[in-house]
Amino acid sequence: MKKNDIVLIAVLLLLAAAGLLLFNALKTGGDTVVVLIDGVESASYPLSVDTEVFIDTADGVNTLVISGGKAYVRDADCPDGICVSHRPVSMVGETIVCLPHSLVIKIEAKSGEGDIDIAI
Amino acid sequence: MSSRTKKITFLGLAAAVALILSYIEAMLPPIYAAVPGIKVGLPNIVIIFLLYRYGVREAATVSFIRLVISMLLFGNATMFIYSAAGALLSILLMLIFKSTRLFSTVGVSVVGGIAHNLGQVLCAMLLLETAEISYYMIVLTVSGTLAGVFIGLAGALLLKRINI
Repeated sequence: MKKNDIVLIAVLLLLAAAGLLLFNALKTGGDTVVVLIDGVESASYPLSVDTEVFIDTADGVNTLVISGGKAYVRDADCPDGICVSHRPVSMVGETIVCLPHSLVIKIEAKSGEGDIDIAI
Repeated sequence: MSSRTKKITFLGLAAAVALILSYIEAMLPPIYAAVPGIKVGLPNIVIIFLLYRYGVREAATVSFIRLVISMLLFGNATMFIYSAAGALLSILLMLIFKSTRLFSTVGVSVVGGIAHNLGQVLCAMLLLETAEISYYMIVLTVSGTLAGVFIGLAGALLLKRINI
């Protein structure tokens, strides 16, 4: 282990910490769950309405559950199950991804994007 | 046995070991942090060993072979694309950082691990057209750094002990 290694590690950890602080500072609660398959938006649901959706992708099925203002994947038939073990999401920018199914579930704030109130 | 045959045999063995390591890693209990699916990257011990003992061609070849066989045995074409993207960026950055001669195997391995994650994240962002996937890099950087230190130390140990 050389000194440069330690510098490198310190810089990387600092970058990660900065990223975390930035994300936490900017994060806002979302109100819409958007489902994208292969990068194309296929459906969206309000976070406020409890519901269960069977997402049928070309490669398999994922069960999306919206409950108590959060969204998560209850089960899926993908080989790794990473999407199922992901904790529930509710903040803008958070995503649950199922790579084998090319599925992205992301949280957006459809009403009042950003700080712009009026654009003339 | 000619030294060329010896080398080919050893590289074949290395590919097998890398494959087994990836299999073992898949069987380890998952580390659920903010991002499920965090891996240690055990096969990189082999790759970094080859990078230092032989060179980038041997390391890249074995890495590629390992991914192809892994896909044929366990995965599918989609996963191969992501893994290949990660492996490509990883080998590239490891070569660059190794060439500077500023870092030990630990530093190179840390860069390799993070580059691997970065490659996969970028690939996912492209294919799924979702920029938010980049947020995973925050956690992956930390886990990649920690894992990279371990991998780098293990690689250094192998380089010292194995005389091929």
